[in-house]
Amino acid sequence: MSIPFPSDAWIKAMMEDLNASESYLEAAKNWEGDFHFVVHPGGTLEKTVVLYMDLWHGKCRDAYEVAEPGGSKPVFVLAGPVAVWKKVMTKKLDPMQAMMTGQLKLTGNMAIVMKNVRAAKELVESCTRIDTEFPL
Amino acid sequence: MWFFNSPQVVYGEGALAFLETLEGQRACIISDANLVKLGMVERIRTALEPSGMDVQVFHDVEPDPSLETVRKGAEFLLQHNPQWIIAVGGGSVLDAAKGMWVLYERPDMDPSGINPIETLHLRQKARFVAIPTTTGTGSEATWAIVLTDSAERRKLGLGSRETMPDIAILDPELVAALPPRLTADTGLDALTHAVEGYTSSFHNDFCDGLCLQAARLIFEYLPQAVADGSDLEARTHTQNAATIAGLGFGNSMAALAHGMGHALGGIFHVPHGRAVALFLPYTIEFTARGEPETLRYQELAQFLGLPAANQAESAASLVKAIRELAGSLGQPLTLADCGIARADLEREMDLLVQNAMGDTQTIMSVRIPDDEEMKRLFLAAYDGTPVQF
Repeated sequence: MSIPFPSDAWIKAMMEDLNASESYLEAAKNWEGDFHFVVHPGGTLEKTVVLYMDLWHGKCRDAYEVAEPGGSKPVFVLAGPVAVWKKVMTKKLDPMQAMMTGQLKLTGNMAIVMKNVRAAKELVESCTRIDTEFPL
Repeated sequence: MWFFNSPQVVYGEGALAFLETLEGQRACIISDANLVKLGMVERIRTALEPSGMDVQVFHDVEPDPSLETVRKGAEFLLQHNPQWIIAVGGGSVLDAAKGMWVLYERPDMDPSGINPIETLHLRQKARFVAIPTTTGTGSEATWAIVLTDSAERRKLGLGSRETMPDIAILDPELVAALPPRLTADTGLDALTHAVEGYTSSFHNDFCDGLCLQAARLIFEYLPQAVADGSDLEARTHTQNAATIAGLGFGNSMAALAHGMGHALGGIFHVPHGRAVALFLPYTIEFTARGEPETLRYQELAQFLGLPAANQAESAASLVKAIRELAGSLGQPLTLADCGIARADLEREMDLLVQNAMGDTQTIMSVRIPDDEEMKRLFLAAYDGTPVQF
C-alpha cells in the first residue's frame, strides 16, 4: 500500500528500509549526523513539512515528522519543493544533480558530505524504494 | 538542468604572450620547486613583465598536494593580495592553486569541504589563470580539485563550478621538454578522462564530441609524443587532447577508474595518470557487465575504428586497444608491475576499498561495485586477470 509523502508514516517506513539495507550500513558506517528533510508546498501539499532522521554509523536511530519546525537544529538540512523530491524519488532526477544545481539545497558540514558521498547516494536510494503516494 | 563550464582557452605557439594583456597591480604565481629549477617560472614572470604587475611566487606545491599545503598557499595569497592567481605546473599545482584560491577568497572554509553544492562567491578578490606544463591532467579546463588528506591517507575529490579557471593557456613550448615517462603517464590520464567522461552516468550531448575527439587524438599522437618529444605537431595535439578531455569529463564527471586511482595514489603514491590508466581496462570490463542500456562502449569503439559489433565486443576492443597503447609506451599494466608487494596490498586492502568506495567519482559510474567487488577489482588489477564478475 502506498504511503503518503511527506508524513510521519513515510519517514518511519524509510527508517525501516535503511535499517534493513546492507548497502546503506556499508556506505554510511562512518556517518554521524542527523537530518531534516524539508519539503516545501506543491500540488495538494499546502504547508512545509519537516521530517527528521537521526543517522548514526549506518543505522537510523529515530525518525519522525517534526511537529514544530524551527525548534531543533540538526547537523544537515536538505530542502526543496515537493515536485523536486518527487522527481528524485521516482528517479527522474539524479540526486547529485539535484543538489549541484540547487534544486535541492543541502546545508551542513560539507567536509563530512564530501567524504561520504556514497552514504548520501544510498540514503536517497532508500527513498526510491518506498512505495509512495505523492501530493501531486 | 545541468551546466557546461569552460575557461577561455588560449592555445598554440606563442600563447604565453597573452599574459602581457592581463590588467591589474598584483599577481601571484603558484608552482613547484622543480619548475623553478627548470626556469619555467622565470619564463612566466618574464612574460608577465609587460603587464607591469608586481609578481610574487609560491613554489612549495608537492606531488599529491596536501590540505596543509593549500592552507599555506592561501596564507601567502592573503599576505600579497593578488588580483590574478597564475598556476603553472601539472595537475598537482593547478589543483592546489584552485584550493588556495578558494581559501584566499573564503578564509572561513575548510579545504576538505570545497563542494559543488554551496555558492562560494569567488572572484571578489582574484581571477585564475591555469598554465599546464604537462599534457593530461585537464585541470586547466575543469573545476575539479584533488587534494590529499595526509592524516587519513586519502585523496579527496573536491571542487565547485566556481573553481573553473578563467583562462587556460596552452603553449606547446612549455611541454616540449616533458620527459617520456611523464608524457605517457599524463597522456593516458587524458585518455582515461575521455573514456570515463563519455561513459559516466552524467554523460551529455555537450561533452560527447569532446571526449570522442580527445580519445582519438591520444591514440593517434601520444605514441609519437612519447617517442620524440621534439615533434611539435604530436606535442600540440596531445596538449590539445588533454584540455579537450578536461572540458569533456569536467562537465560529465569521471568514474570508477578515477575512484580506484585516487584510493591507490593516496596510499601507495602511484602517479595519478599511471594509476587511473592502469585501472581503466579493468573497470571497463567490470562496467560492461552492467545494465546494457547504460553502456556506451559501442559508439566509442566505432568512432575509434575498433571492432564494435555489440557492447561486449566494443568493451573488449577498447580494453585491448588501451592495453596495447599503454604496453607500447612501457606503462605498467598491473599493480604488481608498479612495484607494489602483494603483502602490502593485502595489508592496505580495507582502506583501499573504503576510500575507493567513498570517492566522489566512483558513484558516477553506471555500474557501482559493492565492497567485495571492489576488493576483487583491486586483486584483478594486481594479478592482471580478466574481470569476469
